[in-house]
Amino acid sequence: MRTIKFLLYKEFKQIFRNRSIVALILFMPVMQLLILPWAADYEVKNINVALVDQDHSTYAQELISKISGSNYFNIVSSTSSYDEAYRSIESDAADLVLLIPPNFKRDLVKNKAQKLFLAVNAINGTKANLGAAYMQEVIKEYNGKLLTEIHSVGRNPIPHRAEVTFSNWYNPHLSYKVFMVPGILAILVTMVGGFLSALNIVKEKEVGTIEQVNVTPIKKHHFILGKMIPFWVLGNVVFTLGLIVSWVIYGIVPVGSLLLLYSFIAVYLLAVLGFGLLISTYSETQQQAMFVMYFFMMVFILMGGLFTPIESMPEWAQETIKINPLSYLIKVLRMIVLKGSTFSDIAPHLGTIALFAIGLNGWAMLNYKKTS
Amino acid sequence: MKAVIAENISKQYNGKPAVEKVSFEVDEGEIFGLIGPDGAGKTSIFRILTTLLLPDGGSAQVHHWDVVKDWRAIRNAVGYMPGKFSLYQDLTVEENLHFFATVFNTSIQENYHLIEEIYVQLEPFKNRRAGKLSGGMKQKLALCCALIHKPKVLFLDEPTTGVDPVSRREFWEMLKKLKQQNISIVVSTPYMDEASMCDRIASIQSGSILSIDTPQYLVKNYGNQLFKVKANDRYRLLEVLKSVPSTKSYAFGEYAHISVEKGHQMEASEIRQHLHQNGLTGVEIGDAEVTIEDCFINLLH
Repeated sequence: MRTIKFLLYKEFKQIFRNRSIVALILFMPVMQLLILPWAADYEVKNINVALVDQDHSTYAQELISKISGSNYFNIVSSTSSYDEAYRSIESDAADLVLLIPPNFKRDLVKNKAQKLFLAVNAINGTKANLGAAYMQEVIKEYNGKLLTEIHSVGRNPIPHRAEVTFSNWYNPHLSYKVFMVPGILAILVTMVGGFLSALNIVKEKEVGTIEQVNVTPIKKHHFILGKMIPFWVLGNVVFTLGLIVSWVIYGIVPVGSLLLLYSFIAVYLLAVLGFGLLISTYSETQQQAMFVMYFFMMVFILMGGLFTPIESMPEWAQETIKINPLSYLIKVLRMIVLKGSTFSDIAPHLGTIALFAIGLNGWAMLNYKKTS
Repeated sequence: MKAVIAENISKQYNGKPAVEKVSFEVDEGEIFGLIGPDGAGKTSIFRILTTLLLPDGGSAQVHHWDVVKDWRAIRNAVGYMPGKFSLYQDLTVEENLHFFATVFNTSIQENYHLIEEIYVQLEPFKNRRAGKLSGGMKQKLALCCALIHKPKVLFLDEPTTGVDPVSRREFWEMLKKLKQQNISIVVSTPYMDEASMCDRIASIQSGSILSIDTPQYLVKNYGNQLFKVKANDRYRLLEVLKSVPSTKSYAFGEYAHISVEKGHQMEASEIRQHLHQNGLTGVEIGDAEVTIEDCFINLLH
């Protein structure tokens, strides 16, 4: 006990003496939480449309004013030549081309059917997909209005139409910030815990201090605990800072219990620190540890369900994600913070993370030798 | 009781032998030197004796504890100063000392008498971070940290490498004082002049011990004729000396030393004549006093 006390005293002293690390621990998460949710936004706006109006009828005019009236589209050009409009896609001036064919109104009234043509620049997949979908939505709405008009003119009964309305649960305004903030916070906690623990122990190896410590009576588990506890505490500090920022700036107050939130983070940090420790036992230099950690972080983040939903990934990826601790944290944070999930809801995830913590730390302990 | 007993210890790295059947004993209160060039296996021997490295073969005891079985007891009782400075550079002088005292369950006050003489020199810098100390000061601090728990055996791996000559001399003075406190010291050095400060020295090359003797014995039993020569053109002198039959020659300070092989006799005048014939001027020649360095060069060749 006494040894741990002195190890902790030494460790905290070293951490706080390294000003840049302290600044990084405290300011990096706050700054990232302040900036990233505004930038990492899925909503697609400012879709540039090149119009090809070959009809010039009132119907066409009406459709065009509907399109330009929505928030999503910018009409960048209006010509009557498709080739010209297509060139603006090639030159990246437009994201999609809407072709209104000649005799649009006449055929529509006479034949009760007409076709519009949409050409989409799919270089940016998300923008293309959503742009086309929005455009179809606008046209559908317009179509519905036309139908009503035509039918009322012809004194025919208005055909029955099923309309779908929906409400967004847990995030009523479908704000991406609400969705992103807990996810970004999860990444920050993982990065601080993982990198700091891995690099710190490797630094002792690199500088050679571990040699000196190894010839002392300090026990293996004392040394490891002396390393883990400070970073566990710092991880909690970062998490708390993150919660404060998301409350003050984004107005996100956890719906679920704070105690539950912190209990999960407590176990999760043990797992992440164990992972850092494991990497440090396999690395000889900080550079090695940094690269290995970076590699895993990349995979954790891209396959963590923050940017792309896990459910839409191929099966092999979904299986792989089961060993990605970050995916559990992102999921659980969203569950507790946004949905107010209770202990029984997150218990399976908590169990998995506890297994991770035991497995990773056990492996690291076995691999960390005081004698070679 | 012997402070250290090593019996046929061996260590290989990836199949390459680093230490080959090394045996030696260190008496209590003795300064035992391991002398040899870089890569001779000195550090491996230290790491085995301080329980940081498991030997592949042989056995060793430190203060009657086995280095494999009783590693825990050894770690409590020895002080180790690795060749590379390995204290916490971001902690101050005082904090480092305090840290190592506490992990050994003791305090600076308890064993202050052991380090007092060294520590008074460090005292003015006690609030300075260890990383900002000069080379000599770092070594003194490392010695203090290795001593603070009153070890029975002190292992010093090249403690004076990279330290200025004055600090080196001071450092050895301190070791002599520690010896009087009945602390056994095993020390390695690549400097021949330091070898004569040890009670006994083992010379090591390529992982094997060549000889173990007192420095006095080595010097007394040198046995070969030894001349010192000087000439105006030093480079040519060394070149020409190579052609003198049944001798070995090497630069030694401002002179060149010529060692005549066992079983041969040679007069100084013969050498002088040989040098004159080869056009060297300003030749000075005389008998040289044998130093420990000559002994080693003799052993190593």
